[in-house]
Amino acid sequence: MGKPISLSVNGRAVTVSPDDPDTPLLYVLRNELELRGPRFGCGLGQCGACTVHVDGQAVRSCTTPLSALQPGQKVVTLEGLATSGTPHPLQAAFVEEQAAQCGYCINGMIMQSAALLAQNPKPSRAEILQALAGNLCRCGTHLRIVRAVERASASL
Amino acid sequence: MVAMNLSRRALLKGSALVVGFALSGQGPAHAASATAPSKPVSPEEVDAFLALSRDGFATIYSGKVDLGTGVRTALIQMAAEELDLPLDHVTLVQGDTALTPDQGPTYGSLSIQNGGMQIRLACATARRQILTLAAERLGRKREDLETEAGIVRPKGGGEGVAYGELLKDGRFSLKVDKEAAPKDPGSYTLVGRSVQRLDIPEKIAGRFAYMQDFRLPGMLHGRVVRPPAIGAQLQSVDETSVRDVPGLIRIVREGNFLGIVARTEWAAIKAARQVQARWSEAEELPDQARLWEHVRGTRIVKDDVTMNVGDAVGSLPGEGRILKATYDFAIQTHGSIGPSCAVAMLSEGKLSVWTASQMTHALRKQLAAMMGLPLDDVRCIYIEGSGCYGRNGHEDAAGDAALLARAVGHPVRVQWSRADEHGWDPKGPPTLIDLSARLDGEGNVAAWASEFFIPDGAAGNVPLVAASLAGLPHETNNAPGNIIHNSGVPYAFPNVRTVCHRLAETPLRPSWIRTPGRMQNTFANESFLDELAAAAGVDPLEFRLRSLSDERGITVLRRAAALANWDSRPSPRQQEGEILRGRGLSYVKYELYRTYVAAVAEVEVERRTGAIRVTRFCVAQDCGQIINPDGVRNQIEGNIIQTVSRTLKEEVTFDRSRVTSLDWESYPILTFPEVPEIAIDLIDRPRDKPWGAGEPSAAIVSSAISNAVFDASGARLRSAPFTPDKVKAGLQRT
Repeated sequence: MGKPISLSVNGRAVTVSPDDPDTPLLYVLRNELELRGPRFGCGLGQCGACTVHVDGQAVRSCTTPLSALQPGQKVVTLEGLATSGTPHPLQAAFVEEQAAQCGYCINGMIMQSAALLAQNPKPSRAEILQALAGNLCRCGTHLRIVRAVERASASL
Repeated sequence: MVAMNLSRRALLKGSALVVGFALSGQGPAHAASATAPSKPVSPEEVDAFLALSRDGFATIYSGKVDLGTGVRTALIQMAAEELDLPLDHVTLVQGDTALTPDQGPTYGSLSIQNGGMQIRLACATARRQILTLAAERLGRKREDLETEAGIVRPKGGGEGVAYGELLKDGRFSLKVDKEAAPKDPGSYTLVGRSVQRLDIPEKIAGRFAYMQDFRLPGMLHGRVVRPPAIGAQLQSVDETSVRDVPGLIRIVREGNFLGIVARTEWAAIKAARQVQARWSEAEELPDQARLWEHVRGTRIVKDDVTMNVGDAVGSLPGEGRILKATYDFAIQTHGSIGPSCAVAMLSEGKLSVWTASQMTHALRKQLAAMMGLPLDDVRCIYIEGSGCYGRNGHEDAAGDAALLARAVGHPVRVQWSRADEHGWDPKGPPTLIDLSARLDGEGNVAAWASEFFIPDGAAGNVPLVAASLAGLPHETNNAPGNIIHNSGVPYAFPNVRTVCHRLAETPLRPSWIRTPGRMQNTFANESFLDELAAAAGVDPLEFRLRSLSDERGITVLRRAAALANWDSRPSPRQQEGEILRGRGLSYVKYELYRTYVAAVAEVEVERRTGAIRVTRFCVAQDCGQIINPDGVRNQIEGNIIQTVSRTLKEEVTFDRSRVTSLDWESYPILTFPEVPEIAIDLIDRPRDKPWGAGEPSAAIVSSAISNAVFDASGARLRSAPFTPDKVKAGLQRT
């Protein structure tokens, strides 16, 4: 066990002690904290499946070493997006639009879009497409995802 | 601040954080034994497919699995409909070799058409038996009873009886009866409705347990270290090279199979990257720059004549105009967003493997052979993973996990890296097609002849990488899928001969990727047909309708044209300017006997850069009885978008030793700004058989785009992917 590192994850203070402080955040979230939202897709920051929020910014957790996080930084995962049990408007919209096939990429789609809507609650379609340009979906659910983001935006 | 374990527990108690095995009772406790619980699995038995609980809940056992397509929801709709149970009274267990019947692999757009129909028949048999038992219990005639929401009641009213009370132990002990009459589709309340998918709420909340989330107590993490060259021999491993990685358990070496097992996933990754191994050199691959010469020069094992009408060879020479063209389609990878993953446990000589395999029953046999175990001592349990679109690396990861688990005596989870997936999943093989045809004086097709150069083999077991590398028993034949389908044409030409030259080998281990062969073959057929229409100076829709007598085919073509507001005229359109716009048509009758699809693609071609932008697809589809219309739409959208990506962008690259397109930068796929709009017209035929929807609409995409680009620019694209360089070269030839 290595040196303990304190984190705030989904509003809770946690301490982890990885063997290697350069362990990417993704593995800490998935394996130490047993979270299922962030997903391993490429380990290269190319696909977006691992996206989480760090202080409200969408971040690729697969290429973010734990050591790069500053004390007090707030990590939020897909599981932490709901507030007091109420799903985030995006989560509700993704169900309404049936915006998933295998759903493996959906964590990234929702987290990236949530960061967009937090900054720009009424994005144009072009802005949505641009915001999601670095998130890959292989099943071809793109159109539904865009509609879900538009639906969530309309509800804000 | 508390220690990690306590923190974890605190986290798990959080309201938004619910963790648990959502595996229909197949959690770790159940995993201890690889032997079968006492449950029939023969597809002849009703009890193989369903069990009823005393409180009226049904469990359906399906050998076909949900690969992220939504088929779990559709199968539950079919079963609930046939049993007259509410939707939420039916659950589905999928692809567990100890519990589910072997209904064949989940491929070929057959889950509803075959798997669902088997379940429907088993449920119809069950419902008839429920009525018989209720008639005895209630002292009434069977015809006087009806079923609704899990209760049998007299039609005129009176006391009823719940299903659960009629069966001992919830078992039917009955053969599936082919004569059992399924319900009249006119009375359907669940089938034909866009029921919301059962998995999506869990998936968008981060609660869904994918294969990649599965954990066992005492489980270790494994990674594989593949040879730097295909065919390279492992000469030595420097164990000291990873000595400083904390948490390393062992380097596992078996022949040319090399793997790492570690306490943590990150340690396994670090060690796999860091380990120093010496391999022999190998250059077994052809020069990619001369791939098509290589394919054409590969030894032909046999010829499959897939269509032979009249005398195509004899009637090809003659009056009119003869056209010849060669088409090719690149090698491609499945590109699952989540790389393959599996967990294996070997306990008391019995192997349990948790896998996202589309073919757990077949995988079980492969693993038993590889491990030298009796089949009864191997159990494969399906857990949904990232979408696979065919035979990707899921099965191989299972083989890797089994070898590593055996080596270390603990359960091992193997997670492939992105490079493992791009480099070592089996590939969609290269396809080369020569076509020739003659137009008579009236511009009708007088003769059509084609030759397909494609690897030998059909669907089957793709050899496991681990078994091949370790020198353990494995298949030696290629299994590229049933890639001869749709080499024949759906048109009533007087003389047709289509021949598949089956090649002895192909550069990379082949397998099937969504719409295998049907897509590449339809690309050539429907594009070449468009060439003929243009040569005859006839509108592409009119040209197709001239040779079509199949009413369902004519209907989808007309409906797609109407949806697209088809501009009736011959191609190409004559136009000036930097951005050229065009529309292209394509049509398929899937495997020449089932699902009909027609589509119109609309494109923009940028003259200067050669970039193609597909702006819209209009699709009409008739797949017979529709179970879940929104599910079908979702599949069509997926087919279109994925195949636009394959058509415009995708090509596996390799040098003489290995695959070199090992990430998303070197193997780009379609991104959000590039996705076309899609309009869909579904033709439901509730009284017909349900046919597949997971593949057919992919078949028409490449040809529709090729035809649209020709319409826009006069450039004929015959080599996929349609990269800007090829487009520019095509434009220069016009």
